[in-house]
Amino acid sequence: MFAYIVRRVLYAVPILIGVNFITFALFFMVNTPDDMARAQLGAKQTTPEMIAAWKQERGYDKPLFVNLEAEGVAQITDTLFTQESIKLFKFEFGQSDAGRQISADIYERMWPSLAIALPTFILGLLTAISVALLVVLFRGTVLDTATMMLAVTIMSISGLFYIIAGQVLFSKLWHWVPISGYQPGIEGIKFLILPILIGVFAGLGTGIRWYRSIFLEEMNKDYIRTARAKGLDEIKVLFRHVLRNGMLPILTGVVVVIPTLFMGSLIMESFFGIPGLGSYTIDAINAQDFGIVKAMVFIGSVLYILGLVLTDISYTIFDPRVKLS
Amino acid sequence: MELQSRMASAVLRQKTDISDTGRSNTGTDVFGVVVLFALLSFMLNVSPASADWNNPYPASISSGKTLYSTFSSPPKHLDPVVSYNSNEWSFLSQIYEPPLQYHYFKRPYALQPLTLDQMPEIFYLANDGHSLDQSEQANAAYTEYHFHLKQDVRFQPHPAFAKQGEQFRYHSLSEEDLLEIESINDFQFTASRNLRAEDYVYAIKRMALRQNHSPILDTMKQYIVGLDEFSDEVTNAYQQLLQDAGATVKNRYFDLNAYPIDGVKVYSDFHFSIRIRGVYPQFLYWLTMNFFAPIPWEADKFYKQQVLVERNITLDTSPVGTGPFYLAENNPNQVMKLKKNPNFHAEYFPQDGLPEDADPTLLNDAGKQLPLIDEAVYTLEKESVPLWNKFLQGYYDASGVSSESFDQAVSVSGGGDMSLTPQMQQKGIQFINAIQPTIFYFGFNMADPVVGGYSEKQQKLRQAISIAINYEEYISIFLNGRGIAAQGPIPPGIFGFDQKRFNAYVYEEKEARVQRKTIEMAKKLLAEAGYPDGKQSDGTPLKLFYDTAATGPDSQSQLNWYRKQFAKLGIELVIRATDYNRFQSKVRGAKVQLFSWGWNADYPDPENFLFLLYGGNAAIHTNGAGINSANYDNPEFNQLFQQMKRLPNGEERLKIVQQMVEIARKDSPWVWGFHPKALALYHSWLQNVWPNPLANNTLKYRNLDVQQRSDKQLEWNKPVLWPIGLVLLLLVVSVYPLVRGYEKRQQAKIRVSKKGVAH
Repeated sequence: MFAYIVRRVLYAVPILIGVNFITFALFFMVNTPDDMARAQLGAKQTTPEMIAAWKQERGYDKPLFVNLEAEGVAQITDTLFTQESIKLFKFEFGQSDAGRQISADIYERMWPSLAIALPTFILGLLTAISVALLVVLFRGTVLDTATMMLAVTIMSISGLFYIIAGQVLFSKLWHWVPISGYQPGIEGIKFLILPILIGVFAGLGTGIRWYRSIFLEEMNKDYIRTARAKGLDEIKVLFRHVLRNGMLPILTGVVVVIPTLFMGSLIMESFFGIPGLGSYTIDAINAQDFGIVKAMVFIGSVLYILGLVLTDISYTIFDPRVKLS
Repeated sequence: MELQSRMASAVLRQKTDISDTGRSNTGTDVFGVVVLFALLSFMLNVSPASADWNNPYPASISSGKTLYSTFSSPPKHLDPVVSYNSNEWSFLSQIYEPPLQYHYFKRPYALQPLTLDQMPEIFYLANDGHSLDQSEQANAAYTEYHFHLKQDVRFQPHPAFAKQGEQFRYHSLSEEDLLEIESINDFQFTASRNLRAEDYVYAIKRMALRQNHSPILDTMKQYIVGLDEFSDEVTNAYQQLLQDAGATVKNRYFDLNAYPIDGVKVYSDFHFSIRIRGVYPQFLYWLTMNFFAPIPWEADKFYKQQVLVERNITLDTSPVGTGPFYLAENNPNQVMKLKKNPNFHAEYFPQDGLPEDADPTLLNDAGKQLPLIDEAVYTLEKESVPLWNKFLQGYYDASGVSSESFDQAVSVSGGGDMSLTPQMQQKGIQFINAIQPTIFYFGFNMADPVVGGYSEKQQKLRQAISIAINYEEYISIFLNGRGIAAQGPIPPGIFGFDQKRFNAYVYEEKEARVQRKTIEMAKKLLAEAGYPDGKQSDGTPLKLFYDTAATGPDSQSQLNWYRKQFAKLGIELVIRATDYNRFQSKVRGAKVQLFSWGWNADYPDPENFLFLLYGGNAAIHTNGAGINSANYDNPEFNQLFQQMKRLPNGEERLKIVQQMVEIARKDSPWVWGFHPKALALYHSWLQNVWPNPLANNTLKYRNLDVQQRSDKQLEWNKPVLWPIGLVLLLLVVSVYPLVRGYEKRQQAKIRVSKKGVAH
């Protein structure tokens, strides 16, 4: 397995270079360094001297991909792309164009994102699996039909509706929880209840339908018939056999998501005033802050690759028949 | 202990509720409900009686004279020499003190000393340096301002000043020293010192250092004697130092004290002077801005340490000021907290200057020492729904009014007068409504061969369009009536604005009322311009191009509205929507025909608006750097501008300003657009609210009735408990049929018939 992981890591290098290349090309196609300087300087009258000084300080005065003024290998190495990519591969994110330390910002903002995303993920998974099992237990009944209708309805309504409806109902009308805000530590629990509940609820439709279909597929297999023939009651059949075997596709499907959880949720964090990473990239794009954009795209890519590797590894853990080579 | 008693009370209360209403049948169910409710109460850390489950603030800051407000976007720069953003200034201006400030109440706006003993002494000098009389001031080669500081002004307690013996305690920090340090407020030792004249001079020197990216450096270089040469010298020297040391501007201190500026002199700890070229009365207004706030060199040196930079502890994130407040928490993505500066000097609530028609209770705190509150907590609110609801719940002391909540908050009478809705009045909410010193205009590119030019025909084309674009309608539709149509470039409240003088090229007086000219009159002008019914000489409709950066779905209705205004004249308006970068680039390069833009006053002087039309500032003449985006260049206007700029406010100046406005109205380089009105709501417990859009340091005047706020919050936020019972009841009730259904299914038996078929 070690050789497999090393190979996957090596495969990741050209992928990340490619992602970087696209990020640089797209960003500078839309924003010139002069535009970025104007946006960052924020002055009513931006003079050429101000722009030149700003670009020079941040290295944006260098050519993007090819330095025709340099000679030999420096034509490629003495460019913005190469210089910045090397720093990214060393996980040196440096400063945002506005002058803040990016790694310090990410470290500070990832915890609030995780405070929402992790419980939402775990509770959502548990709830959806529980409801799916219940529905499978009562398959073909009114409960099954009603739950499926409800699931489709939940899926069909925008997440924004749940957020606003939740805020109006639970905070504005019933005054149970703060409408938005965030506090670290135990005092912060009351701020997390509503976004987590809404997050769990909004994701239930998809989860229930997916897990139900997985469990139903298992229910029709021969070993389940054998288990019933042995005289096991339905609950034991569900928990000992259906759930255990159904978990393989479920877990492999969700493991890929785990590393990206800390990237946060843009809408949820905006509406609930959670100072997480959800809006970090979008705000940076709007502010034309390339320092943050390139760092976040790079981290996102690394996490996604990490998620895929973890998924492969999880196959070997949950299904002994699978061997990585 | 308190928590236990709260939980017990919650449990008891819930038990009673349930037995009274008969919602539970068995002791087990009741127990389950009670446990769940107790768990919920524990999670919320409160009992129903405390009635603040939805309080968004920790108990530690919910009491005391704390003002709660919001900010809409994270501040990027808190370095006073860099920041030029109203969001950032709403914090900075409470912390830093430039030499002058605006009087809180007086209108027209009046300057007064802030850290000075008196207003600056002004000397007019000839070329050889000898002093001139007041009467000769118009011919002065230089103006010299002398500043005498108050002697009781001290900086906030700060680790940069802390000493151990003769050495600064924290000026050579190592990684080990910072193990427990996460913010500037975590340092064990702090100290302070008196404000000195050299601190103001040091701020000007920091401004001159190109690496600090001060947005006003190039403007000030035109005025402050020696600043240009000084800037080149220190910028180059610093650049060399950085190269030699392989350092960055963030982590390498540069000793600016070693370099003098010709025009800026320190005479003593409390006296300094600034010499500027020529006569520029507006210079005093610049001295109310944070660019001129004092910076102690100790702080600059302290913050240029790599270990602090790595933790985002810099002068750009952690200000050091002499103002009424200091920044106690800087979390730009969540909350900013200001606390009362224990070293704040003696400053008192104004006792005079309140206009006669204003509410006299605004002087209730007259003569009291400032600031009147202990703390201000600003929360980041990006969305209008949570902001508005928290304001209605009493958790914010004031709020703006978004278009979504406008109808809920404000009623507009047929005459356009605004008042609060009964719902707001019932809550005791009050509002202020003030016209901003701002203009949003619709510009013509005067260098364009079709819409530009200065011939009578070209003037008439622009005048016709000015009549057709009905800004009264625009204000009513898109701004909920929050604005007034502009009559010229100068907004109300600024010297030179005269409510009685309307734009006679667009409006006319009928039955003692000033009203927009009819569309027929506009069509007549258009025909005289050579476009009868909006048609060109070849009979095709005149087609004009409007560049805009408004590309979102919300903008479509506004763009359609503009199309309709032009269609009234038979002109086809083609919208060229693009992103803001491209839009700016096109305007700078004079590659647009029509465009919209706005301007917010830096200071209350007509020069700050008329320079938008001065030919010397035309984008086309300044390689895109000029602020005159319409490229208006009328020699007569330009000459009057130069005259007006040097004059103090008075009859002579007023006459020239009015003359300039009249010239601009006739040429119509802009459709004058509108001046927006700011509408703010505030609760009855917030006191001394007075609109002063040019003063940013007004937090020190605010006062609060904390008891009233606390009572209202409790009254407005009592938790509604019945839905919890209902949900739990539904859960309990729904379990029964499920259990029965399962048992039934388990007991089902397969009957096998004789033919072997299962039933």
